[in-house]
Amino acid sequence: MDITRRELLTKSSYFILLTSAATTAWKHVLAGTPEASPNYDMTKHWWGMLIDPAKCIGCGNCVRACELENDVPPGFFRTWIERYHVGEDLEHPQVDSPNGGHDGFPDIYKDGGKTFFIPKLCNHCSDSPCVQVCPVGATFVSPDGVVLVDEKYCLGCRYCIQACPYGCRFLNPKKNTADKCTLCYHRITQGLTTACCEACPTQARVLADLKNPKDPIHEFLRTHSVQVLKPHMATGAKAFYKDLDGSVR
Amino acid sequence: MLQLLPGVEGYMYPNEIELQWSILIVLYPYITGLVAGAFILASLERVFKVEAVKPTYRLALLTALAFLLVAPLPLQLHLGHPERSLEMYLTPHRSSAMAMFGFVYLWYLMVVLLMEIWLDYRKDIVAWAESKRGIGKWIYQVLTLGSHNVSPGALRVDDKVGYFITLVGIPSAFLLHGYVGFIFGSVKANPWWSSPLMPVVFIFSAMVSGIAAVLLLYMVTSKLRGVPIEMDCVDTIARYLLYAFVIDFSLEMLDLVHRIYEADESLRALDFMVHTRLYFSQIILQIYLGTLLPIALLGLTQLWKLRASARKAVYAVAGSLTLVSIFAMRWNVVIGGQLFSKSFLGYTSYKMGFATREGLLTSIVLILLPFVILYVLVKLLPPWPKREAVA
Amino acid sequence: MKELLRNSEHLIRVVVLLAIGVGAFLVLRQVVVPPNFGQYGHFRPAALIDIRAHSVKFAGHAVCEACHSDEAATKSKGKHAGVACEACHGPLAAHTEDPASVIPKLPDTAVLCARCHEANASKPKSFPQVVPADHSGGLPCNTCHKPHDPLGGA
Repeated sequence: MDITRRELLTKSSYFILLTSAATTAWKHVLAGTPEASPNYDMTKHWWGMLIDPAKCIGCGNCVRACELENDVPPGFFRTWIERYHVGEDLEHPQVDSPNGGHDGFPDIYKDGGKTFFIPKLCNHCSDSPCVQVCPVGATFVSPDGVVLVDEKYCLGCRYCIQACPYGCRFLNPKKNTADKCTLCYHRITQGLTTACCEACPTQARVLADLKNPKDPIHEFLRTHSVQVLKPHMATGAKAFYKDLDGSVR
Repeated sequence: MLQLLPGVEGYMYPNEIELQWSILIVLYPYITGLVAGAFILASLERVFKVEAVKPTYRLALLTALAFLLVAPLPLQLHLGHPERSLEMYLTPHRSSAMAMFGFVYLWYLMVVLLMEIWLDYRKDIVAWAESKRGIGKWIYQVLTLGSHNVSPGALRVDDKVGYFITLVGIPSAFLLHGYVGFIFGSVKANPWWSSPLMPVVFIFSAMVSGIAAVLLLYMVTSKLRGVPIEMDCVDTIARYLLYAFVIDFSLEMLDLVHRIYEADESLRALDFMVHTRLYFSQIILQIYLGTLLPIALLGLTQLWKLRASARKAVYAVAGSLTLVSIFAMRWNVVIGGQLFSKSFLGYTSYKMGFATREGLLTSIVLILLPFVILYVLVKLLPPWPKREAVA
Repeated sequence: MKELLRNSEHLIRVVVLLAIGVGAFLVLRQVVVPPNFGQYGHFRPAALIDIRAHSVKFAGHAVCEACHSDEAATKSKGKHAGVACEACHGPLAAHTEDPASVIPKLPDTAVLCARCHEANASKPKSFPQVVPADHSGGLPCNTCHKPHDPLGGA
């Protein structure tokens, strides 16, 4: 009787091991690599964005375009515009973003004073704290530098939303998954620019490809004063702001 | 003010206005804290040979189990896609504290808690499997896992292995709840949370809440059973409660003083929040009523020799205040951490539903559920010491 | 030794149960985890396909200009050279797919132009802005301005 029990144990462990190995191999065979598209080579791109706040007029075209392009639910923002009104105290600017700047801004600072607009979006950090905390791998940095959310895999635990220092993530109430700017990945991989850059009438926002030697970003970064948001967080942010005022949060 | 949004003061990033983690995420560390604390109390007897607390040994273990079984529920109710939660075990992201926690939980439940309970009760389980009738017999039979070996040799093995498991269980309990602290403490984006002290503070407040819970449960169940409370036992437990409380309070004060002294950019925003939106829950409930008062009461019993009835009253009051206080502490960390903007320029408010998936009613049910489970466990595996109750 | 084994037999049962559990989990894992997970990083590679498959709503001005070369030429000479077609006309990828059936509605200049050009103290001083009531007495902007070349001609 002892022998048959041992036999049973050894036979079942072999069975389990071989089944696991066989299933893995078969899945790889079946899967192939369909994400390697013939027209777009992920390894040849490293996406970012260049923003010039001096050109931004706060028209809200970008916010509306993004909403239309990406079916963003109202009240949530993949991109938004902030208006800053700053005096001599850089630590206490007055900031507002009525409905994310979707419908422009009311004219309330008639006294003048230093006022400017800051378009904001996901910074597509190369050292992303949101990717670091995702428990299952539903959010990730793509090989071409875009931080994306796999809405079929996301649990909706919201840890990534807590971990983002920039407030660019939200929970999509229709999908119950985390959501944010995708840098219009579905567009840029087809040679188009993002919806927000397309819609911006003053080119305050320009898509940049840091791996493209012909991209104007290289010259720009060399010759202009450029900052990222919250540099002390060391996130490797790739949304570059020209001449960013010290009061910007 | 520019903002016309209800409940918002100053400027919040547009996506920050609605809180992400609700009262359910306050409940979760509270429950796992009770588990860790109850287990540490049980280990006092087993590993550190504190004989006085022996009457609470089995009760503490069952309490830990009852709460541990309920612990995943608030998380499941919170998730946008609870049906995908198995992904945390299938493709855990090793850099995520939350993912690694799933394994810590599983380890603790299966290898530590269940094993320890099983080994301690095994002799009784076998006896019940042999003596009971009907469905009870089958339940106990399953629990024996098919082995009726309760010879002295087997029991010696049980004792040795049980001791080893408890030994391993102590750091496991610290890991269980320290991890929750680390889940918050490692978020650099949030200055209210980001701190190396967070796991330590969580562990000590867990011990405080777990010890208080077992103390109260022991007193209440003894009353209900009509059995006298062993003063040696409750005096010892209360003493450990005091020690843990003093350490916990010192750690929290250290964090506070350090924060105020360094006064970085987040301090003004946090300070304002504590004095307005968090005033009642942090200053009044957590600090004054929930920490200083119980420490004073417990300290009283150490300084003056009070009558047994007076000491019991003090322990009951201090214990209850403690349980409220540690809940308030979790609230202040979780909800507090989301009330201020990461721009440090504004504040929002928490709108808690009532009969919603993440509402107050759900939370009340979830906190009562462990007691229901504990009742079942106590009936199934009576934790009372060997002297038989008369009724 | 034999005595120890006999006395630990119940523990061996536990170990076996655990081993079966772990084994079952490993099998489950092979079956359920998405194919090639982890190939490019800790994520499901097919997610890249899913995301790329989202529908495009804004065609991009290059596509517009392929057919509407006249308007493009006019625009390129004026102040609105840098303003993309869909910045004013809205998302029109549907129109580029099926130009005959999907006819875009012309935007109402009374509403559209004000979005950018209504005077606001917060806007950069160098940006052309007017108070519509003072500037045109409420008339729609295209009464005097050609949207594609706002300062050219009449």
